[in-house]
Amino acid sequence: MTARPFEARSMGTALDRVDGREKVTGRATYAVEHDADLDEAPLHAWLVTSTTASGRVLRVDAAEALAHPHVVTVLDHTNAPRLADTEDRELAVLQDDRIGFRGQIVAVVLAETSEAAREGARLVRVHQEAADASVSLDGAETYAPEEANGGFEAATDQGDFDAAWAAAPVQLEQTYSTPLEFNNPMEPHAATALWRDGSLTLWDSTQAVHGVASTLAPMLGISQDRVRVQAPYIGGGFGSKGLPHGPEMAVALAARWADGRPVKLAVTRQQMFGLTGYRTRTVSHLRIGAEPDGRITALEHAAVGQSSAVKEFVEQTAVPARMMYAASSLRTSHRVAALDVAVPSWMRAPGEMPGMFALEVAMDDLAEATGIDPIELRERNEPEVDPETGNPYNNRRLVECLHRGADLFGWQDRPAEPRATLDGDWWVGTGVASATYPASFAPGNTARIIALDGGRYEVSIGAVDLGTGSRTVLLQIAADALGVDPEAIDLALADTDLPMATVAGGSSGTSSWGTAIAQTAQQFRADHGEHPDPGVETTTTTDGYPSTDHALHSFGAVFAEARVHRLTGEVRVPRLLGVYSVGRVINPMTARSQLLGGLTMGLSAALFEDAYQDPRFGHVVTQDLASYHVAAHADVRDLQVEWLDDVDELATPMGSRGIGEIGIVGTSAAILNAASHATGVRVRDLPATPDVFSS
Amino acid sequence: MEHTVSLRIDGVDQEVSVDTRTTLLDALRERVGNTSPKKGCDHGQCGSCTVLLDGRRHLTCLALAVAYDGAEIVTASGLAGEGDDGELHPVQQAFLAHDGYQCGYCTPGQVCSAVGVIDEAKRGQPSHVTDDLEADIDLDDDEIRERMSGNLCRCGAYVGILDAVREAAAR
Amino acid sequence: MRELTYEVPATAEEAVAKVTGDEQARFLGGGTNLVDHLKLGVSTPKVLVDISRLPFDAVEQTDDGLRIGTNVRNSDLAAHPLVRSGWPGLSRALLAGASGQLRNQATTGGNLLQRTRCVYFQDITTPCNKREPGSGCSAIEGYGRHNALLGTSEACVATHPSDMAVALVALNATVVVLGPDGERRIPVADLHTLPGHHPEVETTLAHGELITHVELPVTTLAKRSTYYKARDRASYAFALVSAAAALSIEDGVVADVALAWGGVAHKPWRASRAEEALRGQPLEESAIASAVDEELRDAVTGPDNDYKRALLRGVTTAALSRLAPTEVSR
Ligand SMILES: Cc1cc2nc3c(=O)[nH]c(=O)nc-3n(C[C@H](O)[C@H](O)[C@H](O)COP(=O)(O)OP(=O)(O)OC[C@H]3O[C@@H](n4cnc5c(N)ncnc54)[C@H](O)[C@@H]3O)c2cc1C
Ligand code: SF4
Ligand code: FES
Ligand code: FES
Repeated sequence: MTARPFEARSMGTALDRVDGREKVTGRATYAVEHDADLDEAPLHAWLVTSTTASGRVLRVDAAEALAHPHVVTVLDHTNAPRLADTEDRELAVLQDDRIGFRGQIVAVVLAETSEAAREGARLVRVHQEAADASVSLDGAETYAPEEANGGFEAATDQGDFDAAWAAAPVQLEQTYSTPLEFNNPMEPHAATALWRDGSLTLWDSTQAVHGVASTLAPMLGISQDRVRVQAPYIGGGFGSKGLPHGPEMAVALAARWADGRPVKLAVTRQQMFGLTGYRTRTVSHLRIGAEPDGRITALEHAAVGQSSAVKEFVEQTAVPARMMYAASSLRTSHRVAALDVAVPSWMRAPGEMPGMFALEVAMDDLAEATGIDPIELRERNEPEVDPETGNPYNNRRLVECLHRGADLFGWQDRPAEPRATLDGDWWVGTGVASATYPASFAPGNTARIIALDGGRYEVSIGAVDLGTGSRTVLLQIAADALGVDPEAIDLALADTDLPMATVAGGSSGTSSWGTAIAQTAQQFRADHGEHPDPGVETTTTTDGYPSTDHALHSFGAVFAEARVHRLTGEVRVPRLLGVYSVGRVINPMTARSQLLGGLTMGLSAALFEDAYQDPRFGHVVTQDLASYHVAAHADVRDLQVEWLDDVDELATPMGSRGIGEIGIVGTSAAILNAASHATGVRVRDLPATPDVFSS
Repeated sequence: MEHTVSLRIDGVDQEVSVDTRTTLLDALRERVGNTSPKKGCDHGQCGSCTVLLDGRRHLTCLALAVAYDGAEIVTASGLAGEGDDGELHPVQQAFLAHDGYQCGYCTPGQVCSAVGVIDEAKRGQPSHVTDDLEADIDLDDDEIRERMSGNLCRCGAYVGILDAVREAAAR
Repeated sequence: MRELTYEVPATAEEAVAKVTGDEQARFLGGGTNLVDHLKLGVSTPKVLVDISRLPFDAVEQTDDGLRIGTNVRNSDLAAHPLVRSGWPGLSRALLAGASGQLRNQATTGGNLLQRTRCVYFQDITTPCNKREPGSGCSAIEGYGRHNALLGTSEACVATHPSDMAVALVALNATVVVLGPDGERRIPVADLHTLPGHHPEVETTLAHGELITHVELPVTTLAKRSTYYKARDRASYAFALVSAAAALSIEDGVVADVALAWGGVAHKPWRASRAEEALRGQPLEESAIASAVDEELRDAVTGPDNDYKRALLRGVTTAALSRLAPTEVSR
């Protein structure tokens, strides 16, 4: 069976987070806080990393480290346990002498205390032979990949772009770029690992317990049922904990070596800039041909990004341009350079974030070129059907979001000309951008429901709550799907001993897990009725929901006010508003926090985030939170979110679509558009730091 | 070199054996088993490890435990009553009421910092955004934002944190 | 393996004796910089001499001003009523630095002697003349946004990160230093050095000399002092550049002015040429800009830090405008 839509009773209400008390007291236990569950004091692991971007490890001299009384061993490629499969070079740590990037794991120190482990790591001498390395995207050779992240076609071409462009009365051709950005969840990547009787137990900080098990097990040469992964609490991830990275394998190998003794590994903040993924730099070349009335006739988005020679990752930067606006001819492409650098990966809204940054600043450029109000311009380019597939949209309410936002924000008072308002020493301006995110759905999720005594139910799925509120929201879904109160449900999550769940990523989590829970609840009722005997159970797995020919996307409109100091170029954002159409909002409190969090991260990207990868060394040298800035409290001022009343039962039986990522999409563009409106200085590269304006 | 330091942690006197290099944070997390203060950066750059030390908010990651012999430490855990239904500190209640957190990792530090902020304002300490350095402190939104800026939250729960601190300060 | 011992001296003299007699010994103040460097491997002492329990923890009023013990925490100094009324620029500079928690921990002496935030200095896998003399300077051709533009050398282009020190220089403060041969006084302006060929040398203190106090002279100018710090984030960020200023206007012209900059050099920079250019002039934005340019006559910038010229005009104007009794004409 597939799930059917069902009545919302708890859904739509602001049920309190079920894990709030644990979090505000700090008693929630994150990945390396499980000592109480261990029967032996754990060893502490510390990673030693390469200091050359390419080449070989000649010798790891551990003598000095081993002389430390509390250092137990130093593992390197000569003595670490062997893997059965080393195809994935990011994960095949300590398997050979090759160095693929600076900051790669080349040894692991195990010690009785963390101080000794750190000290031991400092004492390890790694003799390396450096080879020529290519570490800079500028001037690097690029290639056309077979596909982009998410399985998207790397290039598309519809209509006759060249002819339409040549004929266009208004031609806009500009380059927009976003820098290397790092997810930087507050909890660094960390895990506790225990290898015992040929099985691995991992308390991991991950967005996908089953994903970690299914990836690590075959590489370790053991069956997946011998790997148990738990992630009761995760201190954020934003994509960086979506896929396992080198450190997880390192701690697994260390545990295998320590056979029977648990091992803890916490990656340092600095090491996260080399080992746990990041958003590649993107350079977007846009050509937009339009009629004088603003209607787009030709749209080309050509995106270039950085990938790693160790493992390919292609940010799908040009993908949103395929569906965002009506254009009779549309061409998109991706190229990447395979550099000797750390492996890029997912960061909140891969593709949409940098792609919509480029497109939405370009729309502002076009508005300026045609003299049309930015909102009106977007309306004129609103497509009837999905430009890419020709399918109808279900619930494309972008224009309503723009209008509602305009009212709330006071857009009508905006002077059309830039550099029109000086308030004290601050230039003031406003800007807008559209946001979009596909309604993603991952099939294959399994949920189990068991009837307990007293009308209670146990609902289990291996999903995780990385802070988004899944633990609360899934409870609400389960309650409504079973037609009971949330208090009647014991929800079990975040453990591979539970039924299989896909990653908390791509804003697909709640949709996909929730659908599995709904489907199982409905099957449970069909099997066992309204008054089941304690002990009966039902387990089902989703194939999909439902098959539809509609294009399913969420939309939003982001409005920003920016102030730029006329003397110093400092930029502040006093107001930021997002209005969204995201389907049914299951929990208004957690949803609001998710959307506010997305806006905050978009603001952070707009003004601060910029990692400097040194072209001489190949690693990021702004590798801490004092030199890689993320938004602090004082930067975040009047932030508002609102959503349209929506129910999208074509997307999920709950009527919801995902909300984890759309908040970051378009936000940086809205802010830069506002800063340009304030100053008359167009900025097309993130971030907009004071040096951009202070001249 | 091993040392023994006496610390009063969440109301309990403890003798903790530490290395010279052991930070207060690692002493608490790894030697005492109190993981309420979190390690977000280990270098003073995030605020996750904030506790109340002798009554003031204080980082623990840049503090060597040996240098704090005799100190009294209160973590976010110690601000609340024991057990699953021990009473929460008003600041903690306000964090819950305003959803001033998401993943919860920065949260114990935010909570301790907020307790410190409210106290500092009561004692009349100015901040970077205080207009008149000699006037009384009005803990308005700008003041709260500035004073809470030593606690980064990557989940971006600042809006809820602001509401929570404002409410707790007004109590 | 490196043993690291920890000692608590009973007196200042004992502290000085311990460190003077041992190249591998360091004073430990609040620890916010030194402990950071221990972890990074930037600093590798064998002995820590904890001075934080020595009785230099008061702000005292003297005949000529204030005497601030080295162990006075940054937050307490900023909040001290006498500082707020008599030396507001110092309060402002302190409050613009670090975070509430760090200010509760950081000491006066430690703040003055904190070391550069140059990213290469902090990354022991990269060459850095300051950390490892002769290894080369990675910053000159590398990440250059924070590089100095005044008083640089081919060996080092790092900036001094302290906000407080900039204000102290503008306010003509003096440090009281205890050495093996007794006490001496050094103007804060002469405490830090330019890098020259020896960026590993950062101050005019001998190894083992202990800062016991900072003395602030009372002046009417100091009462009209402020601090403007430009940074990326609105808070909890080091300065791109900053200006500490004190100003007195009489008969429509600048009667006296004190000006110091942060984020421009290996030391807090007293902008004496700019002061000179401003004295006797009506305070106008154009006059401020040319005074800044005068100070920057010998500045050397690259593409990454050239913006600091304009930004210095900006922060200097912003700081002086705050102090001007009437609006500064554009
Ligand atoms: C994330 C972060 C952000 C920060 N932001 C800012 C900022 O924006 N602005 C700013 O100005 N600062 C900032 N700081 C730096 C902070 O102000 C300094 O670390 C602090 O002031 C140092 O004081 P301390 O007492 O902790 O020094 P310690 O770390 O104890 O000592 C620093 C150095 O001084 C020596 N020393 C200490 N006391 C004496 C003494 N009395 N006599 C002789 N030598 C002594 C020590 O041996 C050591 O070498 C920041 C720090 C961090 C971690
Ligand atoms: S600028 Fe100075 S501190 Fe920075 S790398 Fe060069 S020598 Fe080292
Ligand atoms: S862990 Fe202490 S400030 Fe980040
Ligand atoms: S709640 Fe996740 S970092 Fe603040």
